[in-house]
Amino acid sequence: MTGAPLGDLALVVSAALFAIGVAGVLLRRNVIIVFMCVELMLNAVNLSFVAFSRTHGIDGQIVVLFVISVAAAEATVGLALILAIFRHYESVDLDLFRRLRW
Amino acid sequence: MSEYHPILPGLILGLPLLGAALNGLGAFAWRENKTVPTIVGPLTVLGAFALALWNLSAMRGAPPHEASLVSYWTWFSSGDLHVGVTLLFDQLSLLMTLIVTGVGGLIHVYSVGYMRDDRGYSRYFSYLNLFIFFMLVLVLAANYVLMFVGWEGVGLCSYLLIGFWYENREYSDAGKKAFIVNRIGDFGFLIAMFMLYTAFGTLDMLSIFERAPGTLVAGGVLVTAITLFLFLGCVGKSAQIPLHVWLPDAMAGPTPVSALIHAATMVTAGVYLIARSGVLFALAPFSQAVVASVGAGTALFAASIALQQNDIKKVLAYSTISQLGYMFLAVGVGAYTAGIFHLMTHAFFKALLFLGAGAVIYALHEAWDETGEHGDPNDMRNYGGLNRFMPITWRTMWVGTLAIAGVFPFAGFFSKDEIIWEAGVRGYAVLWGVGIAVALLTAGYMTRLMVMTFHGANRSFGEDGAGERSHLHEVPRVMWAPLVALAVLSAIGGWVQIPEALPLLPSVNLLHAWLEPVFQPALAVAGAGAAHGVVAVHGATVAPGESFSRTSPLGGGEALWAVLATVPAVAVVLLVFRSLSRRRYRRAAQAPEPRGLAAVLYHKWYVDELYDRIIVRPLLALWRGCWRIVDHRLIDGSVNGLAGLSRIAGWTGSQLQSGRLSTYILVFMIGALLILGSLAF
Repeated sequence: MTGAPLGDLALVVSAALFAIGVAGVLLRRNVIIVFMCVELMLNAVNLSFVAFSRTHGIDGQIVVLFVISVAAAEATVGLALILAIFRHYESVDLDLFRRLRW
Repeated sequence: MSEYHPILPGLILGLPLLGAALNGLGAFAWRENKTVPTIVGPLTVLGAFALALWNLSAMRGAPPHEASLVSYWTWFSSGDLHVGVTLLFDQLSLLMTLIVTGVGGLIHVYSVGYMRDDRGYSRYFSYLNLFIFFMLVLVLAANYVLMFVGWEGVGLCSYLLIGFWYENREYSDAGKKAFIVNRIGDFGFLIAMFMLYTAFGTLDMLSIFERAPGTLVAGGVLVTAITLFLFLGCVGKSAQIPLHVWLPDAMAGPTPVSALIHAATMVTAGVYLIARSGVLFALAPFSQAVVASVGAGTALFAASIALQQNDIKKVLAYSTISQLGYMFLAVGVGAYTAGIFHLMTHAFFKALLFLGAGAVIYALHEAWDETGEHGDPNDMRNYGGLNRFMPITWRTMWVGTLAIAGVFPFAGFFSKDEIIWEAGVRGYAVLWGVGIAVALLTAGYMTRLMVMTFHGANRSFGEDGAGERSHLHEVPRVMWAPLVALAVLSAIGGWVQIPEALPLLPSVNLLHAWLEPVFQPALAVAGAGAAHGVVAVHGATVAPGESFSRTSPLGGGEALWAVLATVPAVAVVLLVFRSLSRRRYRRAAQAPEPRGLAAVLYHKWYVDELYDRIIVRPLLALWRGCWRIVDHRLIDGSVNGLAGLSRIAGWTGSQLQSGRLSTYILVFMIGALLILGSLAF
């Protein structure tokens, strides 16, 4: 990958991170891990925004700031939910949480 | 065209309608109060009668050959069709109005006594008034549409009155039967109206009759079809074969209702319609032959059944059908005046006979209520020897019997004799013979009725009912007074028309002269047709001015045959009286079943059974098939099938929702990818 521009490299890394995040969400059963994978996906997207801002102007970096702040809020809510569920089930196994249906 | 003040004829119609409204209100508002219906019910009808009399005197002063049209408002206009609420006042409609309100009024008075203790007293008078109103609409209408309103109105009221005691399933069924059978006839009337409209572009009677000879081909298919469909309506309303089955069942209503509907008014509407449309029928000789044949056949058929009935009202019901047959025979051969004449006298004596039968039933009911005896108060086998207890009813009913039997000098003699004679001189030898035969049968069954009811030993109570018999007594004055009035009319009602040919009697020609302007056009058409050989009047020679050869099919003049017609009638009365008086009847409960021909007559030639087999049961089978296959399988099946399908689809869909987050996310990812992919390409 030598010779490739820095932007392209960043996009490749971003795609890899996103894919890892998706795989983690889909495959792992530990809620905490899944939650971390979601954060990973968010940051993969952040990375591509920053990469694009090199060519498309400052907008992408501004969006990243927004995403980080929203993600922080989301993290508190998500962790609070996980805590509540954990208190109920005494477990963090995602497959146990099957009551969200008809 | 002389114009009346329109309020007068309007009042003739309006009074009974007002009475119906007041009594109808009373049925809800002051149900227990019997004073208001007692006053309003009879008085409105008698008031209408008084107004009609006033009109009569006015019309006698006016020049003849003129009909008065009284227009109120346009009912509806559609394209070329303009139908107005217009009344036609001529000699015929006025005569009908007098019969309807006069006899109807007497029946109202009688009803005050008969229905005294009925819970539906106010409702009863409301229906009765409404019936009179619709009957007046029928006879006074100047166009066929308005006439149809009256036609349907009396049908409705007869349904209401026949099923008056609707708590009894059998009675309310009889009401429905009358209504439904009448619908078959009404269909014919409607078709005839449509055809008249296509032919003439109007439904006003006067202009139709005026233009009919020029517009319609005499003896053509169109006029024959129109008249036959009209006749179908008459067959339903006037209970002729094959639609006569409703009338005997209609005896389920209170007896004054039978007198009103089946003697004076509704059933004669068919005769009135044909007489009114005489011009059309004169143009259609085939239809005339059908009318006369059906009439004669019905007269014979119903008279034979009346011979073997034990229910007093059934005897009178079949007698009515038979007498209506006479009227149709008359109008069928073109003797319109004779038909209307018999309609009038029949209204008198049949109302009398029905009311007399009602009086007997009433008296028996009272006596049985007091003594606790049971039985069918309509069954003549439970009567016998009532002449000692009910002298007024007994005497008046004998007057009615002699009148209907055609015994000189009672009303029926003149009208029946005229019908038979007119059939004879017009060359209808068979109809003439049937007419005479039916006259003898009539004398027979009526004498049987009188003997079973009033003569011999009394059978109303058990073996030694001497003490209980003292409970039998004459009906109150409010009931016997109408009987006496009708008896007087039945005795002298025929004297308005006394044939010239009879010796020793003054010749009276009131009715012919009175109705002549109405029937003149029809007779002119018939005369012209016969002169041109279009209308085949069998064997009769017709010269302008002079009508027909005045000899019967067997030769001999009118006087001879009038005598020959009444002598056998008297003979039959005496013979039946003598033979039946000696016979010992048994009470209904112990009576043996009739056998042989008597059984056939007793079961009314099995017509009801026949209709049951060929119409009612196949229809029921068809509906049952529809119910089981179409309703249950097809309709219910498709609805239930749809529901099942939805359940299966719902269950399948619900299986997607497993509750596993990872599955949801996977699906979500796939979806997102698909959307993104579709955006990219």
